Amino acid sequence: MNKNLNKKIAVIIAFLAVCIYGIIGVPSGFSGKALTQSLTKNIHLGLDLRGGAHLILQVVVSEAVSAETDDAVARIQQDLKAANLTYAQVYKPDPVKQPEVVKIEGTSPASSGTVRSTLDDKFSTDYDLSGGSDNSWTLTMKPNIETALEQKTVDQAIETITDRVNALGVSEPVVSPYGLGKNEILVELPGISDLEQVKSIIQSTARLEIHPVVGGPYNDEQAALAANSGALPPDEVMLHGSGTLATGSDADAVYVLKRVPVVAGSEFRSADPGTDQNGRQAVHFTLTNDAGDKFYDYTSKNVGQSMAVVMEGRVKEVANIQSAIRDTGEIVGSFTPTEVQVLSKMLRTGALPASLNPIEDRTVGASLGADSIRQGVTAAVVGVLVVMAFMLVYYRGSGINADLALFLNLVILLGFMGYTGSVLTLPGIAGVILTIGMGVDSNVLIFERIREEVRAGKAPAAAIDQGFAHAWTTIFDTHVTTIVSAAILFLFGSGPVKGFAVTLTFGLAANLFTAVYVSRVIFDWHLGRLKPGEPISI
Amino acid sequence: MNAEARQGFSPRKGREPVELFRSVNVDWLKLKWYFLGFSLIFSVAGVISMAMHYHQIGSPVPLGVDFRGGTEVQVQFQQAPDIGAIRQAMDAAGIKDATVQRYDEARLNEVLISLPEQKDESSLESGQKQVLDALQSHYANPTVPTGTKVSVVGPTVGNQLKRQALLATLYSLLGMLVYLWFRFQLIYGVAAVVAVFHDTLITVGAFALRDKEISLTVIAAILTLIGYSMNDTIVVFDRIRENLRLSRRESLADVVNRSINQTLSRTVLTSGLTFLTVLSLFIFGGQVLNGFSFALVIGILIGTYSSIAVAAPMLVAWQQSRAQSGKTVALPAAKRSRV
Repeated sequence: MNKNLNKKIAVIIAFLAVCIYGIIGVPSGFSGKALTQSLTKNIHLGLDLRGGAHLILQVVVSEAVSAETDDAVARIQQDLKAANLTYAQVYKPDPVKQPEVVKIEGTSPASSGTVRSTLDDKFSTDYDLSGGSDNSWTLTMKPNIETALEQKTVDQAIETITDRVNALGVSEPVVSPYGLGKNEILVELPGISDLEQVKSIIQSTARLEIHPVVGGPYNDEQAALAANSGALPPDEVMLHGSGTLATGSDADAVYVLKRVPVVAGSEFRSADPGTDQNGRQAVHFTLTNDAGDKFYDYTSKNVGQSMAVVMEGRVKEVANIQSAIRDTGEIVGSFTPTEVQVLSKMLRTGALPASLNPIEDRTVGASLGADSIRQGVTAAVVGVLVVMAFMLVYYRGSGINADLALFLNLVILLGFMGYTGSVLTLPGIAGVILTIGMGVDSNVLIFERIREEVRAGKAPAAAIDQGFAHAWTTIFDTHVTTIVSAAILFLFGSGPVKGFAVTLTFGLAANLFTAVYVSRVIFDWHLGRLKPGEPISI
Repeated sequence: MNAEARQGFSPRKGREPVELFRSVNVDWLKLKWYFLGFSLIFSVAGVISMAMHYHQIGSPVPLGVDFRGGTEVQVQFQQAPDIGAIRQAMDAAGIKDATVQRYDEARLNEVLISLPEQKDESSLESGQKQVLDALQSHYANPTVPTGTKVSVVGPTVGNQLKRQALLATLYSLLGMLVYLWFRFQLIYGVAAVVAVFHDTLITVGAFALRDKEISLTVIAAILTLIGYSMNDTIVVFDRIRENLRLSRRESLADVVNRSINQTLSRTVLTSGLTFLTVLSLFIFGGQVLNGFSFALVIGILIGTYSSIAVAAPMLVAWQQSRAQSGKTVALPAAKRSRV
């Protein structure tokens, strides 16, 4: 019996040591400072304790779908021309609400068969083709292709944001898909207190586009519409801008542009700041090879026309096409130096595939975080001390047993958290406090049962045995139900609530170990030292 | 209390052990109408208050920014802030519908400025920026905000969280019902779940009555109290099951009464201790945890009460009604073997 007991005690001490290692690792020294340092290295504090920023961004995936269909429009036009098929127009009937639909109108009735086979040939993998009657055709992106595209967009956005956040030098950032809705991304940046600047870098779409100019500059939208007999055809769009070269002033003007850009977004390989020969701000850009061909094609056919450089929905500059341009060029004009810097940095880290909508923002200043920690810890300490004192008074000798088990509970809980790298949040601290309360419950259950058995006249060893045996079923049931509740919280909760669920689960698991195994060992050890006939102190 | 009864206890200190409930013998089931009355009063008061809130603000309880959406800027000043001046600063900057209130202990000099829910999400950021700018330019007091905490929640996330919180609670209850059905019998599960519903209703009612906000951490507290109330109820049920196994001749009512009396000391002790830890949280835990600890303070009291006053009487009433209608009364313990 004694050897068995010693083995059990050894197991407990070994387990304890492992947990302590999880909490403070191997500290460099034993001064308060060194210990706190190793502590903070292993126990990660949540955002609400450490201070920092928490963003939820929604990826506007319809933009990616739009870009894809814009590309399809251009290719359809090319393919139909190459096959010598006439058409009136190729456009998107509802670009805002249904970006996945492309319509072709005005094909000649005779060539209807050829049109169908050409379109089928090139587009049937990604699009569903319908129509043919009254010479109009509709191409709709297949739903599974659309979903795959949306997923890819979100993944790309996560990668890009991660790159940008890393470039900012934030320590331990979190960028991950956010579970609640679709296409949402969670960004957590500890230590950041000025969110505005960070947000503008993260969200900058920096998506450069070059559109053919149809008309402008007009003074305002009414003038633009008037010049186009009241309404714009579906393949044209109005955008505001301040093209200094065109208007000669900084005033806001309205341009009518073709909706589909010639080159856009990731087709720009780089954009660097510079100045032109007159010392004005300029952007030197290079295009990818494929884009270069497209651009050459366009510019050689449109010498003397204007093209507009559009960024984030505004016309930044309007330039006259003087000669064919292949893949390097220069845009002069109304970019501010900062804009150019941001632009080139963004193009280097990669452009966002679609723009981001912030739907939730939280920042906690670090000073407020420290206050919360202090308050939570005070409450925890007071709670623990009161409970410990009470156990000593009510259960006397066995109270020491209970207090030891309680203390071990906390060490094991923190050890688990250190090993799994779980994050401690403010509700997590509250979870710890609750674990203390529930941990004591198990001890009370066991001790009350032991008292009953003693009152019924059993000898100490038998009383302890029966006490533990009877109490076990109850302890098991109660802990499993609360763990079920915590598991559901973990699945459905987010951030702080998840932290609470984690500490509660770990605490209850630790409690099962300390209340039943450790308490038993301590009782057995105490029994071994009792003289025959001497009762237990409970 | 004679010498033999005290035999097992240590005589060294010359004192008896401290025991609160050595031989209690209360007929709990007889008190069930008082219990019912008590529960009804608080439930109805809570429901009425929730109905009034629903009429006024569109939701049964005041919702925290997590659920209702909007902007909340919590600013800490170096010196005591002047609420009136801050309000004027907001007006001067053209910010409508801003609520300004003192937050947390006085010495911390914190103010909470809330803007209502934005209809669309593009104006999310502007609210926060406006408030901070307004303070910079119009708050004439020469204090500088030393720390800010900003929460901006768009309506999408707010609604998602509401749904999510409700689902989590319902699944939680379902999970526990199934577990109890498996370990005991269906009626035990139902009685326990009804008790928990009763607890949740009264706790949420308390929030309505005291005009306190429900945030995501409060939902965490409510889920905890559900687990805790279950906990408490299961301890009593467990004892009932054990006693039923031992004595086949007693009526269920007698067995239930005896079980409650036997577990009373444990129940009061544990609830008392857990209540003390939560009370310490409520008093010392600070503003952020205030809703959370309030929910637990009420929840623990009611959770303990419900095991005795709601779950147990329900069990007996069910069996009695089945006996009256002539159906066989199977003693719950007979079916399950001990684990």
